Amino acid sequence: MKHITFQLNGSARSVWVGPNETLLDVLRGKLGIKTPKEGCGRGDCGACTVLLDGKAVRSCLILAVEVEGQSVTTLEGVGQKGPTALQKAFIENNVFQCGFCAPGVILAASALLAENPKPSEAEVREALAGNLCRCTGYEPIVKTVLAVAKKTARQSTSRRVRS
Amino acid sequence: MSKTTVVGASPVRVDGLAKVMGSAQYVDDLDFGPGLLHAVVVESTQAHAKLKKVDISAAEKAPGVVRVITGKDFPFTFGLYMHDRYIFPQDRVRFVGEQVAAVIAETPEAALRAAKLVKVHYEPLPAVLSLSDALKKDAVLLHPKLDTYARVPWFYPQAGTNIAHWRKTRKGDVEKGFKQADYILEDTYTVPRYAHCPIEPHAVTGLYDLSGRLTLWASSQSPFAQRNVMAIALKPLGLSHRDIRIVTPYVGGGFGGKAGVSMEIIAAVAAIAMKGRPVKLHWTREQEFMNTSQRQGVIARVKMGVKKSGEIVALEHTLHWDAGASAEYGANVVNAVGLSATGPYRVPNVKIDSVCVYTNMPPCGAYRGFGYSEFHFGLESHMTRVAQAIGMDPVEFRRINAIREGDTLAYGAPMNAGDLQGAIDQVAKEIRWGKPVKSKKSNTAIGKGLACFWKAPAMPPNASSAAFLKFNEDGSLNLTVSGMEIGQGFLTVMAQIASEVLTVPVEKIRVETPDTDRNPYEWQTVGSHVTWSCGNAVRAAAEEVKAKLLATVGRARKLKVKDLYLADECVKSRTDATFSMPFREFVIDGIMQPKGNFIGGPIQGSGMFMPEFTSALGDPATSQGGHPNVHYTVGCAGVILEVDKETGKTTILKAALAIDAGKAVHPELVKGQIVGGIVQGLATALYEDIRYAPNGRLLNPNFTDYKIPTALDCPQEIVPIILETPQPDGPFGARGVAEHTMIACAPMVADAIADAIGVRLQTMPLTAEKVALALRGIDYDEVKGDNLGFCFRGRPCDYSFSIAGQ
Repeated sequence: MKHITFQLNGSARSVWVGPNETLLDVLRGKLGIKTPKEGCGRGDCGACTVLLDGKAVRSCLILAVEVEGQSVTTLEGVGQKGPTALQKAFIENNVFQCGFCAPGVILAASALLAENPKPSEAEVREALAGNLCRCTGYEPIVKTVLAVAKKTARQSTSRRVRS
Repeated sequence: MSKTTVVGASPVRVDGLAKVMGSAQYVDDLDFGPGLLHAVVVESTQAHAKLKKVDISAAEKAPGVVRVITGKDFPFTFGLYMHDRYIFPQDRVRFVGEQVAAVIAETPEAALRAAKLVKVHYEPLPAVLSLSDALKKDAVLLHPKLDTYARVPWFYPQAGTNIAHWRKTRKGDVEKGFKQADYILEDTYTVPRYAHCPIEPHAVTGLYDLSGRLTLWASSQSPFAQRNVMAIALKPLGLSHRDIRIVTPYVGGGFGGKAGVSMEIIAAVAAIAMKGRPVKLHWTREQEFMNTSQRQGVIARVKMGVKKSGEIVALEHTLHWDAGASAEYGANVVNAVGLSATGPYRVPNVKIDSVCVYTNMPPCGAYRGFGYSEFHFGLESHMTRVAQAIGMDPVEFRRINAIREGDTLAYGAPMNAGDLQGAIDQVAKEIRWGKPVKSKKSNTAIGKGLACFWKAPAMPPNASSAAFLKFNEDGSLNLTVSGMEIGQGFLTVMAQIASEVLTVPVEKIRVETPDTDRNPYEWQTVGSHVTWSCGNAVRAAAEEVKAKLLATVGRARKLKVKDLYLADECVKSRTDATFSMPFREFVIDGIMQPKGNFIGGPIQGSGMFMPEFTSALGDPATSQGGHPNVHYTVGCAGVILEVDKETGKTTILKAALAIDAGKAVHPELVKGQIVGGIVQGLATALYEDIRYAPNGRLLNPNFTDYKIPTALDCPQEIVPIILETPQPDGPFGARGVAEHTMIACAPMVADAIADAIGVRLQTMPLTAEKVALALRGIDYDEVKGDNLGFCFRGRPCDYSFSIAGQ
């Protein structure tokens, strides 16, 4: 067992972990973080997506010991101050159906927009290709991410104009 | 229909906030504290073998293990419609992956390690891995005691064979019909098995507490059906309905795979074995593929006779289904198709034989579409081929034969309302039918296809729904129902129906997932029937509440009830425009009288619905005389696609689908069903490709090798079209739409590929490999090898539809 410390949703957390424990199991089983879901346990489905230092990763493929000193964000950390613009749009557009893939999709889309604020449709689809959704046919997800990117770009442009 | 304001609008989903903020809980998210135990099953390595001995002695002694249970501890069968499924096998195993024992331990790792120490001694039996083997004379039997299993009266298992059920439908005189025909086409179509692939695997935690009460927290579409199946199966242990409670939080996708009971009963008996401690059973993705249920494979023979004028005069449709090791649910899929395999067409002379066959493959059951996707592939492919053979436009051919309200169905009852003609017209227009598109690239060809569809809910004649409504002090409402929110938006639609009647806005109605102890009865969330059935129950409950609101105000204020009405969360008066009594002022506390006393009290209501006109008691030899289906939903879909002539890869340029929803309670959710259903349907048509080894072992139980669509695999454009011909007995005219949206996908793709490159594929899936081989003149069936996706050996066209001894 090893004692690790890392930033989890903005706060320092310490926990004892075994050498073979995945980040997903530690988050769900030891830290009460339940939004990363287990859909396959082998990196195929993306339901366990978390942000590791801002990058979308599959927490079922990361050993917990690896995140020592790093920053992990889950969906619990995204909406701490109320829903983000992306979350609001996902709610208003009735995007998700069963919702099981939603935490992973929202994190993957958030990471994309943080890195590439004006993605093309192809870039959105590529960025979300690792997050399987069996319900929606992806169309409402992709459209909403594009709409939010467009709106955010417009707002930041108009802010610049005003200032 | 009267004008509606909330029904027909598209409000924000009642579960939207919880799902997007991450507060929506699924079974595996629930905590049970440090006392939680974990179960892992020991799986059969054999497709068919006598179970000589299950040696658990080493496993029992392994560290962390608290108990190992086997068929000796729980020698019971169970099933939804027929009790042919074993909690643990008794004398024999019937498929690779079947649970032989369960190890219960303090941690999942300890359970997994100990499971490998269980020694199972098998004596191999010949495995029945093809329909031909299953149906031949002197076939090895999977269920020698078939005739002793309890079952519903409308199943006809054939003792001494592997036939679990045989639905026969006869209308008119099919031989006479073929004699009248100017043209007859007969051919074979095959559809392999498919897997549901919800992103959340099955999970369940059971607790048999010290007072003898069994609670299961399950990811399920069927909490009440589960309670009932378990109460019947576990009766020998002294359990009854009152002792069993099923709690179902949000479900991470179902598609039929979480209907009925599959692995949940293993957790139930594990909990019973460990009285006082909760036990969790969480399926791996591999187990989700192998040991829940799959969609059945089918080989279908279609023989159709038509007049030169395009009128269908006779149809003979024979379907042999690969049900797998048990048919407790799958046989009802077979039954549904046996009643409906004419498709949405008026056919005077019909002969349908739908035969449910046991094989040593994983069990099958409900899958979105419930057999209709499977039979439409052959039937709709055939429709196009017949039209082309008589020189008629395939769309015109469908228009001529499209079913209309009042037509006599294959089983003798009249067809309900539905605008199939309108759906065909709109889709044909949307894909510019009749105007060929030439590819601008030399290596690709563009083709178009169109297919009609229909589907009825398949349910017992007395399947029912119920609803409770209660007011809170602030005038908000709690609505309790037991239909499941499996993603389709059921909870939102139920809130809309209550809102429409009571004028309370949807956002002030709390409606959550069920608990069988607290919520009213619902048969199951299957068959796309809950909007219709439970919607009727909610409407009835809301009407009861409305009557109480009016009566209470009338009594307290000495007003005539007939002068009162509801508007804007108030009781108002038609005779006095100034009178308005907000619900929040009296729905709990009542209305104060001059003397200081109060009239009224908490206002609540209940409603229920059962379709009292249905009956499953048709003649077994003809299916005439009953009224097995409540109604059909009809529609049409079309596609424009591009085929790469080098690689065989198909790209979907545009798909359009029109469906007659009766009334779209929430049009945005209906469109969500259309888009999601088309993408799921196209995947089954193009690349979901299940493979079994010759020994019956599933080869690709994961998303690396069994491809489901990603965000990169969608059509470039999807056009959803909603038609609204009211269903007279539906809530505000609504009928179901959810499963229907994937039914037409495979045949329309097959048609469009044929249109593009002149190759007619009759075996699903229509993979790039198959198309590329066909373009080079190579028959896939000649080169496919042994790893098949369905229970069939050899070339489909060589399959004999004769059944030994019949």
